[in-house]
Amino acid sequence: MKLSEFFVTGEPLIYAGMVAIVLVTCAIVFLLTYFKRWGWLWREWLTTVDHKKIGIMYILSALAMLFRGGVDALMMRVQLAFPDLNFLNSQHYNEIFTTHGTVMIIFMAMPFLIGLMNIVVPLQIGARDFAFPYVNALSFWSFFFGALLFNISFVIGGSPDAGWTSYTPLAGAALSPGPGQNFYLLGLQLSGIGTLATGINLMVTILKMRAPGMKLFQMPIFTWSTLVTCFIIIFAFPILTVALALMTIDRIFGAQFFTLTGEGMPMLWANLFWMWGHPEVYIVILPAFGIFSEIIATFANKRLFGYKAMVWSMILIAGLSFLVWVHHFFTMGAGAFVNSVFSVSTMLIAVPTGVKIFNWLGTLYKSKIQFTTPMLWSLAFIPSFVIGGVTGVMLGMAAADYQFHNSYFLIAHFHYVLIAGTVFACFAGLEYWYPKMFGHKLNQKLGKLSFWLFVIGFHITFFPQYFLGLDGMPRRLFDTAPEWFTLNFISTIGAFGMGAGFALFVLNIYYSYKTSPREKTGDSWDGRTLEWATPTPIPHYNFATQPTVKELDAFHDMKKRGETTYDESKLKPIHMPNYSGQPFIMMGLLFFSSFALVFEWIILSAVFLVAVLVMMGIHSFDYDDGYHVEVEDIKRTERQLRGLNDEHTGS
Amino acid sequence: MSTQEAKHTPLEYQTTHGQMNILGFWIFLAAEVVLFSTLFATYAVLFGRTADSPLPSELFGAEIVLIMTFLLLTSSFTCGIAIHNMRQGQVKPLIIWMVITLLLGLGFLGFEIYEFMHYTHEGATLQSSAFWSSFYVLAGTHGLHVTLGIGWATLLIIQIVKRGLTPVTSQKVFIISLYWHFLDVIWIFIFTAVYLIGMVV
Ligand code: HEM
Ligand SMILES: [Cu+2]
Repeated sequence: MKLSEFFVTGEPLIYAGMVAIVLVTCAIVFLLTYFKRWGWLWREWLTTVDHKKIGIMYILSALAMLFRGGVDALMMRVQLAFPDLNFLNSQHYNEIFTTHGTVMIIFMAMPFLIGLMNIVVPLQIGARDFAFPYVNALSFWSFFFGALLFNISFVIGGSPDAGWTSYTPLAGAALSPGPGQNFYLLGLQLSGIGTLATGINLMVTILKMRAPGMKLFQMPIFTWSTLVTCFIIIFAFPILTVALALMTIDRIFGAQFFTLTGEGMPMLWANLFWMWGHPEVYIVILPAFGIFSEIIATFANKRLFGYKAMVWSMILIAGLSFLVWVHHFFTMGAGAFVNSVFSVSTMLIAVPTGVKIFNWLGTLYKSKIQFTTPMLWSLAFIPSFVIGGVTGVMLGMAAADYQFHNSYFLIAHFHYVLIAGTVFACFAGLEYWYPKMFGHKLNQKLGKLSFWLFVIGFHITFFPQYFLGLDGMPRRLFDTAPEWFTLNFISTIGAFGMGAGFALFVLNIYYSYKTSPREKTGDSWDGRTLEWATPTPIPHYNFATQPTVKELDAFHDMKKRGETTYDESKLKPIHMPNYSGQPFIMMGLLFFSSFALVFEWIILSAVFLVAVLVMMGIHSFDYDDGYHVEVEDIKRTERQLRGLNDEHTGS
Repeated sequence: MSTQEAKHTPLEYQTTHGQMNILGFWIFLAAEVVLFSTLFATYAVLFGRTADSPLPSELFGAEIVLIMTFLLLTSSFTCGIAIHNMRQGQVKPLIIWMVITLLLGLGFLGFEIYEFMHYTHEGATLQSSAFWSSFYVLAGTHGLHVTLGIGWATLLIIQIVKRGLTPVTSQKVFIISLYWHFLDVIWIFIFTAVYLIGMVV
């Protein structure tokens, strides 16, 4: 392979991207060297097994991915703003909508939510870490390197261009030769391993490590949503694993699963993809529901209305989410009977979703609302998401879907649910738990400004797209027609509004770091759940003594009774796991193995794979048992953080 | 836990960590069930799509597959004996039975490789049709699992030799035994759904 084929050449925008990457990398290397921070980076971050730090790394990566996916989106909107514009050619446009969709769902939405789960769930259940902290680090690095593999495709080898759904035969070796599609397959495969492991890890954590006394139906609602999400992950992700593997085997080893030759079956891919893909959309929406529920309860200053109904509707949604996948290809022609069955099951999902909407309204009803930024996101979510849901039900009517399918109506639908649901929740959750993570709040004024810019921009962008769809504009079109000009132009303006909102959000992180007052108590918002019972900054062992839980809203309950979770008389040495560089190295090797496979350098790929297996073997012999934090150390830490002096022992 | 209870709780369940590992592994097995179900479904959908390669009924023969089934089922049994010995705290028989288990597993693999070579020789390869692609990937994934299981169990036997039975080592051995039985169950499905049906249809 020639070097000019290895690197992507001939595109001015991509050259600019390369320059940007080189400059940023140099800047990072320079800063780390200049401030002598390499050791710190390795010791504190790359080797960490602490769920709080891993969560922060997830969120930082997700923000970077949101930026990348956002730049893709703006480029698409520029191209669509005027008919006959030649900002992006058709090939480049195809690549960009493919990477946009994949990055946003797999490398932005999921990691952002998993990051929040990482930080919050152990704290909410009164645990000291995940059930398997080492595996948690593995999961993070598998996501990180998967994302890296996918993202380098735009400078090395060329991006995939068959859509985030990668339908065959288009995505097969005959019609998409070259490494592009392999980047998609292996990037997702690599990060998928981590997602599955996180699902198992969090499930065991929630089932086994809850504070004494906390029954399942006393768990905070975000923890519940996480548990249900884990269930979906565990049953949906293996399907993706298989689907990706089969296409990889097709492309690289010449099998005939999805091909047009050898009696292969291209539509089998669509089925497998959506058997994972529909549950996947619920993987990214249920945690969002959990976040909004926490925030709404806190700032309405009320116990969540209909907690049990909320939990049961999530469980119902999780079950139903596996029974609706065909609604993504009603037009495939499976016949009236099959389409009717899936049409009905699709509409059934709207029922438990509606129940949740009414529960949020019920919580807000007659309450004294505090209009903080996280609360604003939550309030904006409710009506926006309803629009997305109602249009979803319209799409769910099989006969009507022949009209809507693959038009901008569909595009508007899923952006209404994904942005108003998942993205609003990520912002809301980050602002809500930010003081717990970093010891100060995000500035409310700037936060609100970014909120309004983003939300108004969002509606301006996507509301017109419903009408573009009804006017017949198909999705994945790189060149628009004059009759669609006005609505497209409006939509592009809105997109820049969202961009500005996001930029302000990121700016606010820096501004608040400089100016926000530091938190003095751990309880920044008069919270109701256990994460607010820890001091800020949270000691690495989270809870010096494990609280005993008697009710839902455990911390609210404790505060009423004048208790804290800290009881000095009950201090015992705390067992903690050691940090380890293995997860980083192991996943780094797997990255190289996958990278080699992308270019079909099979022997090299196998060599790296063997290295990974050797690492796993080494780990198997490693009986490192962690260490204990001594009582004296705990006492010193807690007294300092809680502002207790020696006379006032305990409380 | 009272000393009375402690006596009756198997070693691998005595620490919370052991319990969590075992629960986590059960959940992992649930994910594996989904993985194999997807492969079985793919196989079922692509059944009969042989294009112009040989039909399964022309190639599948009863003898070798029966021997393979016999080997793997017996290995599940010997694995059970090994765990029984572990519960009694007998290290030596544990190791002997584990080694027998692995030898049986190796035998199974040997026959499977022989089968695959035979089919390939007859013109049924991974590339020849959708049906054969799904056959090789389904049976091959199982075979790959057996291979990994053998490698993993070998490492555990070395650890038992070095450390004896502790809550940690016994929990590891217990988990691999779950894995081994699971692979046996999957094989029974492959035997019936793939070979028996493939022979008659
Ligand atoms: C009230 C519940 C919902 C219903 C009834 C519904 C229904 C549908 C239907 C029928 C389609 C396929 C339309 C077509 O291709 O012609 C669709 C597509 C889609 N929906 Fe929904 N949906 C609902 C909620 C959600 C949620 C909560 C999310 C994610 C957070 C979501 C994300 C998506 C995505 C990503 C697609 C299309 C992906 C693609 O083709 O690229 N939906 N929805
Ligand atoms: Cu769907």
